[in-house]
Amino acid sequence: MILDAKIPAGELAEKWNNYKKHAKLVNPANRKKFDIIVVGTGLAGASCAASLAEQGYNVKSFCFQDTARRAHSVAAQGGVNAAKNYKNDGDSVYRMFYDTIKGGDFRSREANVYRLAECSAELIDQAVAQGVPFAREYGGYLNNRSFGGVQVSRTFYARGQTGQQLLLGAYQALMRQVSLGKVKTFTRHEMLELVVIDGKAKGIIARDLLTGQIERHAANAVVLATGGYGKVYYLSTLAMGCNSSAIWRAHKKGAFMSGVSWIQFHPTSLPQSGEHQSKLTLMSESLRNDGRIWVPKKPGDDRVPKEIPEEERDYYLERRYPAFGNLSPRDIASRAAKERIDAGCGVGPMKNAVCLDFSKAIKEQGKEKIKEKYSNLFTMYEKINGINAYEQPMLISPAAHFTMGGLWVDYRLMTTIPGLFALGEANFSDHGANRLGANSLLQACVDGYFIAPYTIPDYLADEMKAEKITTDHPAFAAAENEVKVQLNQFLQMKGHLSADHYHKTLGKLLYDKCGLSRSKEGLEVAIAEIKQLRKSFYKDLKITGDDKVNSELEKAGRVADYLELGELMCYDALTREESCGAHFREEYQTADGEAVRNDQDFCFVSAWEWKDKDPGHELHKEPLVFENVALTVRSYK
Amino acid sequence: MKLSLKIWRQDSFDSEGSMISYQLDDVSVNMSFLEMLDLLNETLVQKGERVIEFDHDCREGICGQCGMMINGRAHGPLSNTTTCQLHMRSFKDGDTIYVEPFRATAFPIVRDLKVDRKGFDHIIQAGGFITASTGQPPEANSILISHQVTEAAFDAAACIGCGACVATCKNSSAALFTSAKITHLALLPQGKLEAAGRVISMVDQMDAEGFGHCSNTEACEVECPQEISVLHIARMNYEYNKALVFKT
Repeated sequence: MILDAKIPAGELAEKWNNYKKHAKLVNPANRKKFDIIVVGTGLAGASCAASLAEQGYNVKSFCFQDTARRAHSVAAQGGVNAAKNYKNDGDSVYRMFYDTIKGGDFRSREANVYRLAECSAELIDQAVAQGVPFAREYGGYLNNRSFGGVQVSRTFYARGQTGQQLLLGAYQALMRQVSLGKVKTFTRHEMLELVVIDGKAKGIIARDLLTGQIERHAANAVVLATGGYGKVYYLSTLAMGCNSSAIWRAHKKGAFMSGVSWIQFHPTSLPQSGEHQSKLTLMSESLRNDGRIWVPKKPGDDRVPKEIPEEERDYYLERRYPAFGNLSPRDIASRAAKERIDAGCGVGPMKNAVCLDFSKAIKEQGKEKIKEKYSNLFTMYEKINGINAYEQPMLISPAAHFTMGGLWVDYRLMTTIPGLFALGEANFSDHGANRLGANSLLQACVDGYFIAPYTIPDYLADEMKAEKITTDHPAFAAAENEVKVQLNQFLQMKGHLSADHYHKTLGKLLYDKCGLSRSKEGLEVAIAEIKQLRKSFYKDLKITGDDKVNSELEKAGRVADYLELGELMCYDALTREESCGAHFREEYQTADGEAVRNDQDFCFVSAWEWKDKDPGHELHKEPLVFENVALTVRSYK
Repeated sequence: MKLSLKIWRQDSFDSEGSMISYQLDDVSVNMSFLEMLDLLNETLVQKGERVIEFDHDCREGICGQCGMMINGRAHGPLSNTTTCQLHMRSFKDGDTIYVEPFRATAFPIVRDLKVDRKGFDHIIQAGGFITASTGQPPEANSILISHQVTEAAFDAAACIGCGACVATCKNSSAALFTSAKITHLALLPQGKLEAAGRVISMVDQMDAEGFGHCSNTEACEVECPQEISVLHIARMNYEYNKALVFKT
């Protein structure tokens, strides 16, 4: 199968304009004849749903949380990038495009990345108009800070709550459309199946998590904005409910998955402290603006970090990457931390952490200034660990965080199933093999506010004459039946192991074998073990409770999908015989441990097709063509 | 450490609930409160019993989905902390801990510790937004806002919508939640144009949802994880009266 990304013609800087010039339109009077389903109410989902409703379409918005405002976009702390060049420090759309494509280790599409940078400035305008309280200077102008992997200050922020504030802007826009009757919200609903009719996405099957009712919903187009699947590792920075089920079930209905093994480990998370742990709390990357990262020079140093004298500390990021230092990109910083921890230099009770030290910044700028910038993060740190980070270094460690991979989409954000769109972290599109800090909020917003509102009408314009599908169609009955069969199967399982047990076991396996570093041998072991684990799951799983409110039943469905997705992650990592971005294959590295990319053989995006057999997946390739940038060795030295 | 737990169990809104006792050994001080409940639920699965249902998601204090009354206090013994950020080091070996849902007429119980907080969405739908459709906005720096006003608006905007203010209030008032949004938007120049209509509509909706009136006990501020100030309630009253006076 030839994957056509449908990149518009013309010069790089003209492509998006050219697309918009030729995109088909739907007459305002006809828009109310179209129903659109948007699954997910994070930044991508809420902004898309609100923007389409503003145009006049009927939108049904789904989320599993109790209200749309809780989607995991809220947790992004540090900021959102935009090429406004307010700091007059050399920024431009092209510079931002270049930083992003280089940050992604040249594994993303030029045209998509350029569009992301191009639309960034308008997002700041939109958010400010909605009342997002971005940080301001005393003269009243917007303020910026810098983030990892770039040498300009282009990050806009709202204390340590940028994601929360941006999401409230989108949520409030969504609530306005609810009040106007253009959006109907289905909270505490989980999408469990995609309905495909004559090759096109025509609806979903959802479960009402309060009543257990299985519902059919028909639409002219379906948008998945369901976020990332980093929770596959169990321990991650993600919310407990984040899951892959919507995209995975769409995948099994024909949507290809791309870059599945490209998963970012965030370098500044809190380390694991015990077996009971359910999540790894993130400390914003913005802390790296003022915090210095170090470990003791001597392996096995048991002293309390603040008692280790200056000359016995190894500021390994400053040492290895002097040009970017503590602001090196996430993949580099995480891998460097793992290297030191593996070398026995880790600190903390489990020797699994590194120090993030603010003593120099406090000395230079004063405690008050540091407090103003990061007080909520320092408070959070103290709540969790009982340690005052103004007085001693924070202990941090890399944790699974963001999935660059996701559903394959073309330039219009449409998957390989016509009428099915994927937005935000749920798609693979803009970040290549590694995402730069403060680009995820941006991508989610740009997809939802500015891209989908052009591309979805472009698709719908051709659907005007299509037959109106209702939920009586046999395809709905078949999809509903599949869902019910699976749920009944789970409810009847009286084994002896909980869904969490399988989730934790899978997560640990993936951390070890398909985490910060991977090898052929390890991945092959992991694939075999996951197959075993899946067999055991369908034999020994135990579910209690009824078919109404039942969090164990919800978890079982999600874990069942993870057990298939995890295997595909390993295949994706196994077949990519190079190191690029977050994907580090031990066989492909330089003598001093830097990644070795192979542009000759691997300058493509993987696109996996589900096959209902063993091994279950077929690899397609979308070649990446670079016409504007030279593929260089990505150096931050 | 060893704990005795007394937890509210209720099948559905229509059924009767009661406090059920559980014993839990091997609780570590490093566990979060919710991880302690995970542990308890794991033992319930092993025994073949239905697990305790409770709301939670981000587990880092920002999504606002978790919330329960712990020993009679919303989100537990610490001030300004969500349930998910409460750790077991706040308790002692041998403690008995009482866990109940957030109770309010406007927060009907769904099951066990889960409640329905849809009323908050309805209040926002009544006007908790700035009418600014996608595509309309002017250049961001054309709206100058002083550092102080931005910070004050942010203090109000920081509300996470958890409902602790309602649960702790003897009147089950949503005044703190509603006033935080009113203040956030009324302070900013972008939000001033709609301020009068917004405050009247949101306050009416708050009453229609069955939330009680504010009698200034200030209990809400104590439990609010984001330290939202009761002064916002004063501003809400000011904005409300101003809107009535200037109503034409």
